[in-house]
Amino acid sequence: MKPFTRLDGLVAPLDRANVDTDAIIPKQFLKSIKRSGFGPNAFDEWRYLDRGEPGKPNHDRPLNPDFVLNQARYQGASVLLARENFGCGSSREHAPWALEDYGFRVIIAPSFADIFFNNCFKNGILPIVLPAETVDRLFRETAAVEGYALTVDLAGQTLTTPTGDVIPFEVDPERKHRLLNGLDDIGITLQYVDKVRAYEARRKGEAPWLFA
Amino acid sequence: MARTLYDKLWDAHVVHVEPDGTALIYIDRHLVHEVTSPQAFEGLRLAHRAPWRTASVLAVPDHNVPTAHREQGIADPVSRTQVETLDENCRAFGLTEFPMTDRRQGIVHVIGPEQGFTQPGMTVVCGDSHTSTHGAFGALAFGIGTSEVEHVLATQCLWQKKSKAMLVRVDGQLGPGVTAKDIALAVIGKIGTAGGTGHAVEFGGSAIRALSMEGRMTLCNMAIEAGARAGMVAVDEKTVEYLRGRPYAPQGEQFEQAAAYWRSFVSDPGVAYDAVLELDAAQIQPQVTWGTSPEMVVPVDGRVPDPASAPNEVKRSDWERALAYMGLAANTPMRDIPVDKVFIGSCTNSRIEDLREAAAVARRAVAQGRRVADNVKLAMVVPGSGLVKVQAEAEGLDRAFTAAGFEWRDPGCSMCLAMNADRLEPGERCASTSNRNFEGRQGQGGRTHLVSPAMAAAAAVYGHFVDVREVMS
Ligand code: SF4
Repeated sequence: MKPFTRLDGLVAPLDRANVDTDAIIPKQFLKSIKRSGFGPNAFDEWRYLDRGEPGKPNHDRPLNPDFVLNQARYQGASVLLARENFGCGSSREHAPWALEDYGFRVIIAPSFADIFFNNCFKNGILPIVLPAETVDRLFRETAAVEGYALTVDLAGQTLTTPTGDVIPFEVDPERKHRLLNGLDDIGITLQYVDKVRAYEARRKGEAPWLFA
Repeated sequence: MARTLYDKLWDAHVVHVEPDGTALIYIDRHLVHEVTSPQAFEGLRLAHRAPWRTASVLAVPDHNVPTAHREQGIADPVSRTQVETLDENCRAFGLTEFPMTDRRQGIVHVIGPEQGFTQPGMTVVCGDSHTSTHGAFGALAFGIGTSEVEHVLATQCLWQKKSKAMLVRVDGQLGPGVTAKDIALAVIGKIGTAGGTGHAVEFGGSAIRALSMEGRMTLCNMAIEAGARAGMVAVDEKTVEYLRGRPYAPQGEQFEQAAAYWRSFVSDPGVAYDAVLELDAAQIQPQVTWGTSPEMVVPVDGRVPDPASAPNEVKRSDWERALAYMGLAANTPMRDIPVDKVFIGSCTNSRIEDLREAAAVARRAVAQGRRVADNVKLAMVVPGSGLVKVQAEAEGLDRAFTAAGFEWRDPGCSMCLAMNADRLEPGERCASTSNRNFEGRQGQGGRTHLVSPAMAAAAAVYGHFVDVREVMS
């Protein structure tokens, strides 16, 4: 996994609640058996005016001028500002794959759906939960100031606004450690092989049918 | 100390705990389907890893399979590749799979319980959010992403933080024609789609005890739509009897030994939960969603709400956007909304009991000289598995449906998410027994209204939403 330490990133606002993973990456793209290349189809149904299909080139498709991420001022954004319950719905990890491939490394929202939140950490994306009022303020400032960017420091657990305001955020110590160092979960778990085997041996005695 | 059902499931599976409370928990059962697994198998290959315990895995293709003329194979080459990739991966890694042509094939969350593969006291995962379904058996069951699918294949474990425990207690008696689906929608309507976030939800109370295992599965299936990662119901004799004799359940003497263990998976009396929600079953009416999130729901005799009355600014713009997408005007009575298509199926409502309830409405219609209404272009019934289909046909449900003008299909996810050929066209409106009414869920531009199977069948016959209690009285 890509480590995440620090980022100076342009902020793009997506001002709607309950953005679901079907919207982040529509179902037809889930037919891919690969893990990459989903970025051009992130938010496909909102972003383009025609229907996207796997394998169809995206560069000449008509863009929806009303979709916020299509505005010139948000091109190159790497911080996504979102509303409550971001990433709800399907467990598809294609959603963080698509966001990461699009260029987002940080997502800020008042709340996230559990599975999506978890999937972000597996893909080098930092989801940050902030109080609704703080998120409101960031929406206002992003709208008001073209080129609004945040400095995200994972080690120090802070966001810094262009005017130098520092906003602290919480992150799970274990997740932080793994993200900072780009550690692979499977590699970590395999250090506990003996414990897993001991657990299995004990359970086989208590409940042998579990292993049938 | 008194423990909740969730505490007991958690405690029984902890292998190791990190100082910050992150735990490595052991996974007993791993269900696999074609959409979220290819990249996980690829990861195993690249790292030269093998599955830790092949007997813990059961795989099935369900999302991409056609529901008609299956013998002709899958027409869409991309869908076909995905299903063939699952077949190949299962062969290569020595995993049990029910391929598309197997009579036991079906939606992954239908076949796990049907085969007795899902059992009380287990941890059950799948790369699919509706894995919460299996919690109906007193199991800890939740959806995971593809990285975690690979992790479970490689290590039989997952890193987890313990959730909070919420009790949703539904006491009293459901009215006739009111089902588990209506309880689920009523709960989501009450707490919202993020109401259960960070919680494992246990459904309890006399109305839950009275539900069949099918009904409990419907309810736990929708726990994820309330934001809860897991839903669960305590074990009772219905749970035990459901499992007796199923192919993957313990047999003979071992069954009794297992059953004794299973019965311990109930919350201790008087235990405290982090949150409690209480509902009176008698107050729950048949529900219909009007918007693009399952929380946008009203009783069938209600109206489309007016965004002007929304509780806050974010909700107001959400409601406005939903009404625009759904092509609905504020204050329209739900009963006046006509439908173009009807879908009875999905892991929420495609089990035998669901089909019986819908077929009863179809039979009543035929007895009254009615059929599927002329304005309804397609009313399809998609059983949850090949075995559900066989059972339904043995009971004559297929003929009840076809006589009333419904199409009777082969099992799969079908129009629940429209990855196969079954889908809504832009602007089409559907009464659906599935679990998500998100924009584009059943086809780009499609408009979904979530309802129970009987309500869907009644909408098919009348061409618009009606109160199934009046139809059946
Ligand atoms: S029926 Fe629908 S919700 Fe259930 S597993 Fe299939 S696609 Fe997912």
